[in-house]
Amino acid sequence: MSKAIIEVRIPTILRPYTKNEKAVSAYGSSLSELISDLDAKFPGLGERLLENGELRRFINIYINDEDVRFMGGLSATLKAGDSVTILPAVAGGCN
Amino acid sequence: MTRFDSLEDSLGHTPLIGLPKLSPKAQAGAPPVRLWAKLEDRNPTGSIKDRTALFMINAAEKSGALKPGATILEPTSGNTGISLAMIAKVRGYKLVCVMPENTSPERTQLLKMWGAEIIYSPAAGGSNEAVRIAKEIAAEHPDWVFLYQYGNPANTQAHYEGTGPEIYEDLPSITHFVAGLGTTGTLMGAGKYLREKNPLVQVIAAEPRYGEVVYGLRNLDAGFVPELYDETVITRRFSVGAEDSVRRVRELLQVEGIFAGISTGAILHAALGIAREAVAAKVGADIAFIVCDAGWKYLSTGVYNEDGDADAIEGELWA
Repeated sequence: MSKAIIEVRIPTILRPYTKNEKAVSAYGSSLSELISDLDAKFPGLGERLLENGELRRFINIYINDEDVRFMGGLSATLKAGDSVTILPAVAGGCN
Repeated sequence: MTRFDSLEDSLGHTPLIGLPKLSPKAQAGAPPVRLWAKLEDRNPTGSIKDRTALFMINAAEKSGALKPGATILEPTSGNTGISLAMIAKVRGYKLVCVMPENTSPERTQLLKMWGAEIIYSPAAGGSNEAVRIAKEIAAEHPDWVFLYQYGNPANTQAHYEGTGPEIYEDLPSITHFVAGLGTTGTLMGAGKYLREKNPLVQVIAAEPRYGEVVYGLRNLDAGFVPELYDETVITRRFSVGAEDSVRRVRELLQVEGIFAGISTGAILHAALGIAREAVAAKVGADIAFIVCDAGWKYLSTGVYNEDGDADAIEGELWA
């Protein structure tokens, strides 16, 4: 199965792993494959995103602006042209 | 009944307004897809946070935690502080707000107008930093009353007893509820109520995506998930960037005449996405979304001007 090339936006706090690149490309037909590919290209990054095989509590990942936790989590599927954004969890809204 | 004994008695019962022009047209033969805006700017100080503030203060008075003349402490990016400041002024409490320094000047002016004291937290780290500093101050001043909207069940209760039932009464055919994700109180309270009434109602969170400075945490452990948040109440969650939010808030103004704050643009963007999906699937939908506040407090950003753009709010907390 051919794997889609995906653009991944990296938050400031994780850029030390990507040589300060704001956006990187990686392959994967699911989020879990994408994270494996990211970790292969940027060693240590995977461990910052996952803990015991689950997304870390303070990490949010979005596929085309939608939170993956409501799209099947790590098994969420990806297709060519999708964009993935990684963000730390912050307080916000109209507080 | 439009006569009230005092300002705070007039809280809630805000209008639910149809958006006939912004609602997308259904395909031939398909049922209509309709958007409905709950105008929370029609509350006493002009935001949905009046509900949260009143419920938290009433609960603290009832429990005996809040005594006459006491000092209230709260982390806020503006609206909750403004609501608390008004009620505190009327009831004779002092208010200390911890607010990120990168919020619009109007919010500072309004807080000071009602006599609140402001402690600024650094822009880097955004609201997370305001919450952290407020927790530290609360520990140093055990005599102050820390209402803490991110973890106070009275915040959720305000929407379970107010916002949710009001929407259901006005729109029993509701299929989707869309609101902003901050303390998560609105989504948890109104969402839970609506799903109890009809388990098929979809509860959709729209989270403002800020500029980089707000995510400039020192480490990932400084991340923050409000204690009130319960993932099971929500069905989908979107992160909406400044550009989409600004585009939608101007569209709401220009097409339907509704002058809303910028975070409402993020909520409308998610609501329109849901509406388009319903049209494509040829299913009917009644989508209610929250207008958190009006645009007055954000005029200084210039985003409502014809040549205004989203860059104007880069680095600023706009929700």
